[in-house]
Amino acid sequence: MDEDKIDKIIEEHRTDKSELIPILQDVQAEYNWLPQDTLRYIAKRLQVPLTDVFGIATFYKSFSLKPRGKHLVRVCLGTACHVRGGPRILETAERILGIKTGETTEDYKFTLESVNCLGCCALGPVMVVDNEYYGKLPPTKVEKVLHKYGYTSLSSGKGGET
Amino acid sequence: MNRRKIKSPSDLEKLRQEILAKRDPKKPRIAICAGTGCLALGARKVITTFKEELKKRGLENEVEIRETGCPGFCEKGTIVVIYPEGIYYLQVQPGDVPEIVEKTLVEKKHVERLLYTDPATNEKAIHEDEIPFYKHQMRLLIGNNIKVDPKNIDDYIALGGYRALAKALPEMTPEEVIEEVKRANLRGRGGGGFPAGRKWETTRNAPGEPKYVIVNCDEGDPGAFMNRALMEGNPHSVIEGLIIGAYAIGSHEGFIYVRDEYPLAVENTSIALGQAREYGLLGRDIMGSGFDFDVKIFRGAGAFISGESSALMSSLEGKVGAPKPKYVHTSIKGLWNKPSNLNNVETWANIPLIINKGARWFTSIGTEGSKGTKIFALVGKVNNTGLVEVPFGITLREIIYNIGGGIPNNKKFKAVQTGGPSGGCIPERFIDTAVDFDELTKLGSMMGSGGMIVMDEDTCMVDVARYFIDFLVDESCGRCVPCREGLERMSEILNDICEGRGKEGDIELLEELSEVMKDTSMCGLGRTAPNPVLTTIHYFREEYDAHIKEKKCPAHVCKALIEYYIDAEKCTGCLACLKACPEGAIAGEKEKVHVINREKCSKCGICYDTCKFGAVIIS
Ligand SMILES: Cc1cc2nc3c(=O)[nH]c(=O)nc-3n(C[C@H](O)[C@H](O)[C@H](O)COP(=O)(O)O)c2cc1C
Ligand code: SF4
Ligand code: SF4
Ligand code: FES
Ligand code: FES
Repeated sequence: MDEDKIDKIIEEHRTDKSELIPILQDVQAEYNWLPQDTLRYIAKRLQVPLTDVFGIATFYKSFSLKPRGKHLVRVCLGTACHVRGGPRILETAERILGIKTGETTEDYKFTLESVNCLGCCALGPVMVVDNEYYGKLPPTKVEKVLHKYGYTSLSSGKGGET
Repeated sequence: MNRRKIKSPSDLEKLRQEILAKRDPKKPRIAICAGTGCLALGARKVITTFKEELKKRGLENEVEIRETGCPGFCEKGTIVVIYPEGIYYLQVQPGDVPEIVEKTLVEKKHVERLLYTDPATNEKAIHEDEIPFYKHQMRLLIGNNIKVDPKNIDDYIALGGYRALAKALPEMTPEEVIEEVKRANLRGRGGGGFPAGRKWETTRNAPGEPKYVIVNCDEGDPGAFMNRALMEGNPHSVIEGLIIGAYAIGSHEGFIYVRDEYPLAVENTSIALGQAREYGLLGRDIMGSGFDFDVKIFRGAGAFISGESSALMSSLEGKVGAPKPKYVHTSIKGLWNKPSNLNNVETWANIPLIINKGARWFTSIGTEGSKGTKIFALVGKVNNTGLVEVPFGITLREIIYNIGGGIPNNKKFKAVQTGGPSGGCIPERFIDTAVDFDELTKLGSMMGSGGMIVMDEDTCMVDVARYFIDFLVDESCGRCVPCREGLERMSEILNDICEGRGKEGDIELLEELSEVMKDTSMCGLGRTAPNPVLTTIHYFREEYDAHIKEKKCPAHVCKALIEYYIDAEKCTGCLACLKACPEGAIAGEKEKVHVINREKCSKCGICYDTCKFGAVIIS
C-alpha cells in the first residue's frame, strides 16, 4: 500500500465518516479493488471502527475485496436484457473464459461479473468491457469481443474469486 | 468560460437575448445523440467523423455540431438530426457521414435510406413528428433532450430555462409555490405516487434546521432508464426544479444521489452544477432574491435497496444503505435526523413546467387521479424500444402498438410487466386499460418508476417470476425476517418448479408466503416483492400447472424442461450447427442429416440460432 496515495485521496474529501463511501470509491478507482491494508489504514485515519468500513465495503456491490483482472467484463441481467437473452450471453462468456460469474481468470486478465441494468435497455442484451458497451449482442459474437481485449484460449481457466 | 452572475430575472432575460443574438437560426446544425445508448452503438466515432468531414470540406465554421442527450429512440441509434430543417436520421454509422454532409448539408437533399421507413407502408418519415414512435407521444420533459447540449447551460437558457425560477423567487412566496404544486396534483414518479406538494409541505412545516432536499437518481428498477436520460440529457431541468423546491421548503442544501452505473449522468450533472454556480443560479443570493442554496452530487455504490428513502439517506450519511422502520417519515426526520424531502428525478423535472404554465394547464393533462405525463421505458419484445413519454390515460395498446410498433417476428403478445420488481405482469385481456397510478394498482401491478417490459409467447411467466424473486433475494438487505426468509423460500420453490421438481401445493405455498411478506415486511421491497409472483399465478396459472404437473415449459425457456433436436425433414446437412456447437454435441456429415447427442448437449441454444433452415427444434 502506498500511504501517500491514500492520504491524498482522503485529503480530497473531508476526514469525516460521511465521506467513507466516496473515499472507498476513489481508492477502488486507483487499485481496481480494495486491498485489506488500505481499509485498515482508512479506518485509522477516519477514526471509525474497522467493522464499519468492512460493512460498507461488503454491503455495496460495486466494491470488490478481491483483486480483479485487467479487464472487467460485465453482462447485464436486468429485466430487459433477461427477456432478450442476457443469461445466454453470460453463460457463453463463462464458457469462453472458463470461469464462473464473480471469478477472475488465472492470468488476471479478465474478471466476469453480472450487473442489473446499465441504462441502455433498448439495446439488450448488453455486455460491457471496461467502459465499452456492446449492445444487441448475439451469443455468437461474445468471443470476438473478448478477443479485442487480448483473450486467447490461454486466458481461460479459473483464478481467484472476486 | 467566464460567466457573468445573473443578479435579477431581467438579467436572465438579457442573457437569453444575448445568447439568441449570437445564434443564427438558419445556420446548419447537426445534433448527434451522445447518450449512453448511442455511445454504446458507436456515436463517438460518428461525431469524430462528422468533425473530420466538415474540416476536410472547409465547413467547420459554417456548420455547428451539437452533442445531445438521449431523445429516447435508442434502439435506432445513433440518432442524428440536421437543423434547421429537422431531418431525422436513424441508425447512422460513421460510414454514412460523408454522404450526409454531401447530400444533406451541401445539396440540401435527404439520404433516403437513413430516414424512418414505415415497415407496413414503406413510407418515409422526414421529421420527428412524422415518425410513429414519436408522433403519439407527448414529450414535455424529454422533448428538449435533442435540442440541448447538456454540457452547455446556454442551450437550456436559450430555450427559456430557469425562467420558472426567475418567476418563483421574486413573485411567489414559498407557500404559494407549494400551493401551486399541490393544485397541480403532481404525484411522485419514483414509484409510490405520493403527492409531491403534500410532502413538501410536511418538510417545510417540520421542526428542525437545516432542511434538506434530495434528488433520487438511484433508478434501481432493472429495465428502466428514464432518470438516466433526464439527468444525463437535460440536467438543468432537474436542477431548476430542485432549486424551486428548496425555496418552497426552506432548504439551503441539496443532494443528487446518482446510481453508480451511470457515469455519464454524474459527469454531465457535475458540469451542469458548476455552470449554474458560475451564473449565480446556485450559491448565495440567487438572482438577487436573498435565497441561498447549493447542491452536491453523491454517487451510489450499487445497492437496489438504497433507492428507498430512509436507506438512501443512510447511504448519504456514509453508512450501510439499509432502510429504517417507518414510524417517523424521512420528510420529518431524514438525513442526519433533519427534515428531508426526497423526490424522483422525473418529479423534480416537472416543477419548472408547473411553475411556468400553471397548475390549471398541468391538470388538463392526464386522468382524474394522475395528472401530467409519464416517461416509460418500453423494452423487451417490442419493435420500437426506447423511452416514451405519454399523458396518463393512454392505453397499453396505444403504447405497445401505435408507439412501439407491435411485437417483432409476428409473435403473439403475451403480457406486459410494469413496476419493476415491485410490479406485476398484465395479460393481453387488459391491453385496453388506461395507464395511470390507480388502474395499474387495480390489476395487481404498479406504476413503479415506469419500466414497461413487453413479453411475447416465447417468454415464460414462471421464469419471469423467478427472475424477479432471485433479483430481490440478492438485493434484500436482510434486516427483517419475513423478507429475508420469505424470499429465500419463494426462490427455492420457483427454482424447483422451473427445474422440473415442482410439487402439488407449491402454488398455494407461494400464495401463503406472499401474504405474510406483504403484511409484515419492514419496507416497500419486502411488501411489494410478492407482486410478480401473485400476478403471474393469477393470470397465468396454467403455465405454472404445465411446469408442475406435466414438467413442461410451454414457452421453451426453462432449460431443464426442454430438449433440442434436429428435424430430419428440414436439415440440409450444412454443417453450420456442428461447427457452432461449443460442446461438440452435434454429429453429421456434409449434406447428411445431423443429430444432437443429448448427453453432451448443454442446451445453450446456439444451434437453434445458427440454423438458417429452421431445422433445430425445441420440445
Ligand atoms: C426497495 C425500494 C427501492 C426504491 N428505489 C427507488 C429508486 O431507484 N428511485 C426512486 O426515485 N425511488 C425509489 N424508491 C422509492 C423511494 O423510496 C421514494 O418513495 C421516492 O424516491 C420518492 O420520490 P417521489 O415521491 O418523487 O416518487 C424505492 C423504494 C423502495 C422500497
Ligand atoms: S423488507 Fe427486505 S429489504 Fe426491506 S428492510 Fe426488510 S429485509 Fe430489508
Ligand atoms: S444448421 Fe440446420 S440445416 Fe445445417 S446441419 Fe445444422 S440442423 Fe441441419
Ligand atoms: S436491462 Fe440491461 S441495460 Fe437495462
Ligand atoms: S441514447 Fe441515443 S437515443 Fe437514447
